[in-house]
Amino acid sequence: MLTVKDLAVSFQTRRGEVDAVRGISFEVSKGEILGIVGESGSGKSVTSYALMRILDAGGTIKAGEATYSGLDLRRSAERDMRDIRGREISMIFQNPRAALNPIRKVGHQIEDVLRHHARATRYDARAKAIAALEAVKIKDAEARYNAYPFELSGGMCQRIVCAIALACDPRLLIADEPTTGLDITTQKAVMDLVRDLIREREMSSILITHDLGLAAQYCDRILVMKDGVIVEQGDPVQIFSTPQHPYSRKRVDATPRAGTGVRSLLPPEDRSAEPILKISDQPLLEVRDLTKTYAGKSGPVHAVKGISFTVNQGQCVGLVGESGCGKSTTSEILVRLMDATSGEVIFDGDDIARVPARAFAKDRRRADIQMVFQDATDSLNPRHTARQTIAEPLRRLGRMRGAKLTARIEELAILVGLPLSLLDRFPHQLSGGQKARVGIARAVALEPKFLILDEPTAALDVSIQAVVLNLLVDLRAKLGLSYLSVSHDLHVVRLLCDHVIVMKDGEIVEQGPAQDVMSNPQSDYTKSLLAAAPKPPQRRVITEENDLENINADAVALHA
Amino acid sequence: MTEISQHPVAKPRGNFDHILYVLRGNPVTLIAFGMFALLIFSAVFGPALVPYDPLATNATNALQPPSAAHWFGTDNVGRDVFSRVIVATRLDLSISVAAVALSFVVGSILGCIAGYWGGWLDIILNRFLDTIMAFPLFVLAMGIVAALGNTIENIIYATAIINMPFYARLVRAEVNIRRDAGFARAAKLAGNSDLRVLAFHIFPNALPPMMVQVSLNLGWAILNAAGLSFIGLGVSPPTAEWGIMVAEGANFIVSGEWWLAVFPGLWLMIAVFTFNLLGDGLRDIVDPRKRT
Amino acid sequence: MLSSAPRLRAILLRMAQSVPVVVGVVVISFLLTRALPGDPAVYFAGVTADAESIEQTRVAMGLDRPLLQQFFSYVGDLLQGDLGQSLSSGRSVAEDLAKRLPASLELTLTALLLAIAIAVPLGVLAATRPGTSVDHLCRVIVTAGVSLPTFFTGILLIYIFYYLLGIAPSPLGRLDFIYLDPDHVTGFYLIDAALMGDWETWRGAAKQLILPASTLALFTLAPVARMTRAAMLTALSSDFIRTARAAGLSNPTILYRYAFRNALLPVVTTLGMVFSFALGANVLVEKVFAWPGIGSYAVEALVVSDYAAVQGFVLAMALLFVALNLVIDLLYTAIDPRIGFSSR
Repeated sequence: MLTVKDLAVSFQTRRGEVDAVRGISFEVSKGEILGIVGESGSGKSVTSYALMRILDAGGTIKAGEATYSGLDLRRSAERDMRDIRGREISMIFQNPRAALNPIRKVGHQIEDVLRHHARATRYDARAKAIAALEAVKIKDAEARYNAYPFELSGGMCQRIVCAIALACDPRLLIADEPTTGLDITTQKAVMDLVRDLIREREMSSILITHDLGLAAQYCDRILVMKDGVIVEQGDPVQIFSTPQHPYSRKRVDATPRAGTGVRSLLPPEDRSAEPILKISDQPLLEVRDLTKTYAGKSGPVHAVKGISFTVNQGQCVGLVGESGCGKSTTSEILVRLMDATSGEVIFDGDDIARVPARAFAKDRRRADIQMVFQDATDSLNPRHTARQTIAEPLRRLGRMRGAKLTARIEELAILVGLPLSLLDRFPHQLSGGQKARVGIARAVALEPKFLILDEPTAALDVSIQAVVLNLLVDLRAKLGLSYLSVSHDLHVVRLLCDHVIVMKDGEIVEQGPAQDVMSNPQSDYTKSLLAAAPKPPQRRVITEENDLENINADAVALHA
Repeated sequence: MTEISQHPVAKPRGNFDHILYVLRGNPVTLIAFGMFALLIFSAVFGPALVPYDPLATNATNALQPPSAAHWFGTDNVGRDVFSRVIVATRLDLSISVAAVALSFVVGSILGCIAGYWGGWLDIILNRFLDTIMAFPLFVLAMGIVAALGNTIENIIYATAIINMPFYARLVRAEVNIRRDAGFARAAKLAGNSDLRVLAFHIFPNALPPMMVQVSLNLGWAILNAAGLSFIGLGVSPPTAEWGIMVAEGANFIVSGEWWLAVFPGLWLMIAVFTFNLLGDGLRDIVDPRKRT
Repeated sequence: MLSSAPRLRAILLRMAQSVPVVVGVVVISFLLTRALPGDPAVYFAGVTADAESIEQTRVAMGLDRPLLQQFFSYVGDLLQGDLGQSLSSGRSVAEDLAKRLPASLELTLTALLLAIAIAVPLGVLAATRPGTSVDHLCRVIVTAGVSLPTFFTGILLIYIFYYLLGIAPSPLGRLDFIYLDPDHVTGFYLIDAALMGDWETWRGAAKQLILPASTLALFTLAPVARMTRAAMLTALSSDFIRTARAAGLSNPTILYRYAFRNALLPVVTTLGMVFSFALGANVLVEKVFAWPGIGSYAVEALVVSDYAAVQGFVLAMALLFVALNLVIDLLYTAIDPRIGFSSR
């Protein structure tokens, strides 16, 4: 149906020509869902824009052929392309809210497409637009017709984008990271909907994603792209079981899935024995009846509604939930950047919630409670070098100066695996993984007793995530740290934590040992979260530590 | 761990390299830097180098068109227009630099406070700025100079007051978006007090856009000061100042003696143009994405 | 319209927000009238006053009373439309301003219409054809436009079109003395002459208007063009434009219905700033062209230290500007459906 041969795309930039895609060939047959997987900059999105001929200014197709049902997509006139777009091939995008015209009613946006492709007249456009909304399972479509994008949730916006894309019954749907930025349960709902619609209408589809697990779950065949070339293709089970190319092997290894330990995320040659962790029964931190209420626009907002839990010395507790569940508020209060409305935070025998957040900088326990921030880029001062960043807590709280300071900084850099030559670089000169290391070095600089990890790997590519997770496990063993790991990613929590707390709407819905919660969830909410997590197929490889024979993907529950 | 060796980063490039790189790609900015140097030169050394005393009258040599002896001609009382135009650079630049410096400092402090602590401080500052901005700014400057008295200092104060809201709003916005940034929170965890976080972590990051604003504002401040003296406020004759020279020359334009008004006006325009180009160039260096 | 109640509330809220601004404006105006260096009574008594008449002026103006009391009587006078007496004309300032206001408005509004009519298409063209000659032209005009001192442009235009080419009338006022003023209906000569059907006068008025209006338009054109270009570029690179292109919509639809309407929002916001510049530059242009508006009235008053007139002018300009800003914001509310919902 779609044949791409030796496609090459380049961009004219201020620094000369940059090749984004360098000669790739693939096919999409009728009724097939093809996944294109790669990290950002691998050329996967550019490929799809090139097929639609909607490349950004400066981008051109340099070589190769793209044929859709006998039609030359590279050379046909712009007028013909306009007929193909939306009617034959259409697209859905990431960040659905931005993908819709913010000041036009969604119903009218659907009508624009219908009218343009002569699928509707002025008289029946409204009815057809409403039908298109109903087709993507939007309840109360009549009312939604008149809504503006800002009035709808992210998941709802993505459904509208789907409705626009599917309004004219295209034969090929290209989905470009359709669920990035959506909550995990919404992600599943949107992906299931898209898959069902594709199957129902016997369409073909290309799913572009950075998530190998997601692609494996929804696609018939997968292409792995790196630096503008396809390094491997095959069916999901084959790619997961016997990846051929070192790059895809590394990605497969790094993708967390059921039944693996944190070490198995690393390439085999880097795997060392898992460290021995000492967990005591002594509580380090006790949270009692913690509440936080903001003054919102329309009445008070109850972000945290009286939660209680304990973190023992040496323990790693996972705090899981979707956005808006109160997990970030809780961590802000525990790290003493925010004051609680009521409740106690007993740390080392004292209620630290009684010390106001603004005075805590001068408190003697400041050095004991530290945090690794979510976005490494955002958490490093752009005007400070890595050395200055790591020096900050040592100078301010540790009162270190001169040679002692330099020695400690270098010791920390070695501890987190940051080459000393990088210490004098600014954040924009460091890679994502290196920035994460700088952030971790800063957080452990004063050997805190309690470290809060605020989604420390959420912004990282899977292969770097694997390295950072292992580093965190090693540090915990070496320094005897206790962690509170805040995350929306159940896989990450399973790999890192001994104890799990699931939050929803400011309340704890379930907590218990990680093993129990993951394999035998009690609350419905935890069950739905577990069900929504992508389940990559099991693999048939024999590693040094684990002999896994189970290859049946969906039968395996997500447990440790 | 392997990831380091496999992720070679771009060569470390200093800020200076980056500036050179942008300048090479943008000759207009280079020219602007050159013109800026020239302006500074005439402001500093101009009075010592000009061929004639800018205040010396010579009735026998009045209203002479430009010639080899008098490059820009002479005015109605025989003063050399070229000397007056060059000498005026110092006064015009001083007024605008002083005014911009004043509004920069006051605006930064107010903007920092409002942007960082927010709450009622923010509301009060916003109301105050709204009130200033509710006047057409040049008209407010007129009113202030008229009320405070007709002196050069008051021109500076008036220009500073009407510029201040721009700085305060810019700093407020820049501080506000960084108030909860990861690095600001990390600085607090490292034991910094609020004031230290604000002064040493957040404010320095707001400086690049401020510099762009300073450059653009210098041009605007010169325009304002010249405009005020054009309508007879501030500088009084026979002081050499571009606005007042244009005003005096305007009377002779209808009879064809164009050089009296055109040269000082042209110089004024070039000065403002330089600062605007410089501002655009700085914007390129600071943030290539905001190119317009 | 969809849920009009929050929008209505937003509109009322916006109107209510003008109240503190007006109060602030009045307070600042009051402070300016009382901030005269030395003794205001000396100024208001006039140059020939002796100690006794200064004292009389002080009592007559209420300057011997406490500041707060002075403020309330100032507000009381304002509410009755009393801005004080002009020393130079001998009439009340309010009366003088009212008589001269139409001339200023006619000039400013003509200039603004001219500027918008040129700048918006120019900005759109520049944004849709980046790197072409239209784009370069736009950049040059934008940077040069904000660098031009209005009074200098005006003089230059007079020199070229009046002295050298002789096609413009002498730059003295709204109408050459050979014409009779049209009957006063709106005070706008172009409209009044058209209403009378006196096209001869209309042409005369238009001829006088064209140079000052162009001068002012050159100055205000730059920020509008700059903003239009930037806003169009931002809109054209947004995700929703890509969605529209991927759906196969035609270029005019994408350009107008999707990009331009979104680009209009920031442009309308800048109009407030543009008005501020235009009203300020208006003073200078009126002086250059001897235009009998409130700007030249204020300049004349400044020369003879007629402070009541100057302060009356400042207050009038501020109130006019507040009103204009209100209109702009209401216009904004009309185009942007998000107003009243956003959780700002």
